[in-house]
Amino acid sequence: MPIASSTDPRLTAPRAAPRKRIRLSWSDPVFRSIVWQVLIIGVIAAIVWYLAANTHRNLAARRIATGFEFLSRNASIPISESPIAYDPSVSTYGDALIIGILNTLKVAVIGVVLATILGTVIGIARLSHNWLVAKLAAVYVEVLRDVPVLLQLLFWYTLLQTLPGPKQSLHIGSAVFLSNRGIKIPLLVWQPAHSWALLAFAAGLVGTWVYARRARRRQEATGARPVVWPAALALLVALPVAVWAALGAPFHLELPVLRGFNFQGGGLISPEYGALLIGLVIYTASYIAEIVRSGIQAVAIGQWEAGEALGLSRAQVMRRIVLPQALRVIIPPMTSQYLNLTKNSSLAVAIGYQDVVSIANTTLNQTGQAIEGIAYIMAVYLTISLAISLFMNWYNAHIALVER
Amino acid sequence: MSDIAAPASDPSGAIRPPAIMLGPWGWARANLFNSWISTAVTLAIGYLLLRGITGFFDWAIVHAVWSVPLNAAGTPDATACQTAKGTGACWAVIADKYRFILFGRYPYDQQWRPAICVLLFIGLFIVSAMRRFWRRELALIWLGTLAAIGVLMWGGILGLSFVQQDSWGGLPITLILSTFGLALAFPLAVLVALGRRSTNLPAVKMICVVYVELIRGVPLISLLFMASVMFPLFMPEGLNFDKLLRAQIAFILFAAAYLAEVVRGGLQALPKGQAEAADALGLSYWHKTGRIILPQALRLVIPPLVNTFIGFFKDTSLVLIIGIFDLLTAGKVAMSEPAWQGFSTEIHIVLAIIYFAFCFAMSKYSRGR
Repeated sequence: MPIASSTDPRLTAPRAAPRKRIRLSWSDPVFRSIVWQVLIIGVIAAIVWYLAANTHRNLAARRIATGFEFLSRNASIPISESPIAYDPSVSTYGDALIIGILNTLKVAVIGVVLATILGTVIGIARLSHNWLVAKLAAVYVEVLRDVPVLLQLLFWYTLLQTLPGPKQSLHIGSAVFLSNRGIKIPLLVWQPAHSWALLAFAAGLVGTWVYARRARRRQEATGARPVVWPAALALLVALPVAVWAALGAPFHLELPVLRGFNFQGGGLISPEYGALLIGLVIYTASYIAEIVRSGIQAVAIGQWEAGEALGLSRAQVMRRIVLPQALRVIIPPMTSQYLNLTKNSSLAVAIGYQDVVSIANTTLNQTGQAIEGIAYIMAVYLTISLAISLFMNWYNAHIALVER
Repeated sequence: MSDIAAPASDPSGAIRPPAIMLGPWGWARANLFNSWISTAVTLAIGYLLLRGITGFFDWAIVHAVWSVPLNAAGTPDATACQTAKGTGACWAVIADKYRFILFGRYPYDQQWRPAICVLLFIGLFIVSAMRRFWRRELALIWLGTLAAIGVLMWGGILGLSFVQQDSWGGLPITLILSTFGLALAFPLAVLVALGRRSTNLPAVKMICVVYVELIRGVPLISLLFMASVMFPLFMPEGLNFDKLLRAQIAFILFAAAYLAEVVRGGLQALPKGQAEAADALGLSYWHKTGRIILPQALRLVIPPLVNTFIGFFKDTSLVLIIGIFDLLTAGKVAMSEPAWQGFSTEIHIVLAIIYFAFCFAMSKYSRGR
């Protein structure tokens, strides 16, 4: 090789590192790591194989056939609360389990939204200059964080159950009734005009987004920021209202009416759902409050002062300077709280709300398909957890500090 | 420049010194009645708070029923409580049931044994929290105390009568589940955290990652169900673990995954130079880890570790769902007794106070060190 013979190191090609040869000796780290890994994997594989063999034998002894064909069998589980049509006499286990997922999502999504709102309010209240407000928020956080969520759920559930019966129900006007049958609320009778108005609102949302984008471009190009809010107001409020009015402005509320021993009409928040939602929101909010507080405190006071020195209003400083920085601190722990709330919603089984765990548990008790039932629960939660993680990681990357 | 400085040195006193903000009135001015909004909020909240506190005081103290007489059958007569319902608390239910709530179905005349166990547990926590006991001997103290607790609970030796595990219950079960769980989960967590950080054992690293993410992705209740319905299938025929032991294993696996993440945080926070210095000294992996890395890394993560302990202590209440007789289950069974139906609020409050006392002590410790 002619290049290698040159003495100038700049001309020589970079030399390859000497090839590592694996020596069959304990003093060789590569050899050692291979031995360790083979050993550990071997032990774990042996344990798994042993358990699997036992399970196989036990299942054979109990004459339980594994597999998922039970999903298409008729389920005679009575389900009191279902977002989709369900009839115990014809519906299958598969249908029941799907209802379980929908019920879990119903609690998790609404719970996350409400807990975020309540937690943010309390977190900010804890930083209030008013001593009474700050102390009250602190007591809320300290007390609710240190009592098990299951105990809180049981407490709310018994509280809702000890409300008076429908005839003596507590009520707000003649619209909202609180009784031991749950919370009855008026329901809007849905008409095509409402769907169109909703569609108009969605179009308005897109329109506002496009308009705000153009305004930002213009600001970057010319320095002058066009006023956005009148257009946004027109698109988001006036447009749907106009569509609704143009279609005859139908508005009819179906009020719950007491007939005999129970209410007719209107919407119902069952005691189980109500207790689960109240318990989870109140408990999770105490954690979210601490996250929000530490996020706001993490932004140095100098950021506020610098913003004010630039002549920005307090709201502008909050929105443009403090909040974006606080969110970077807030989002990762917030993600794990959302995950916790979703996982804690599985405690529904203790108060009889039919979520995915409750229905899967009934299914596995009726069919004896323990492994499939547990695997189903785990798969559902892993999927939900993964989805929330992916979304929050995407959002976190979106708001992250762009560095060199 | 001179005209800017002028007002400050102006002897005419155009700017008055600020009003003195001292004393209780000054404090209230600054912290309660700072502005008209603040004043309105203070007054509104103060009014509601006063109403709430006096209402609670009336219910819990003034109109409360503290004890009830026994009726002819020797059972408590709850009519006094029934008449006071709605206006006053019925603490008589606690007076009647507190031994059941605390110790479950443990033989009544032997309940001094679980009571001593609870005290031993509390003593163990206090000793472990003190820095001067952070030595190798602490492990021996733990072993000794846990052995003593086992002897006291089971009995069968030293003249103590044997008590089956099925009749244990109440607070000792909560403490056993959480303490044994932590004691066994912690070493596992350290191993998993080290495995997840290892660079030259990719297969081990992958196993640790899958384990941690799998456990953290599913709710604890699914693991407890697994322990109660799937575990018997895993075992060879004839061998059957006790329900409590199965739940305990599920807890250990659950806690280890969460603790491993906390420990990993500590390992990551430690500067790389520490490991490099240990390598340069020629220490073996276990010497390096045991004497240099872990003592520093664990110290860094004491507050989050204690927070995980708190969460774990609260989570032991979930065994209610698989029917293990812990503190919460004992309370729930006490509530459902026919004589005391409808006084669940009082029992809920007492249970909350017990859980709160343990958790609040731990959280104060983790913040106040």
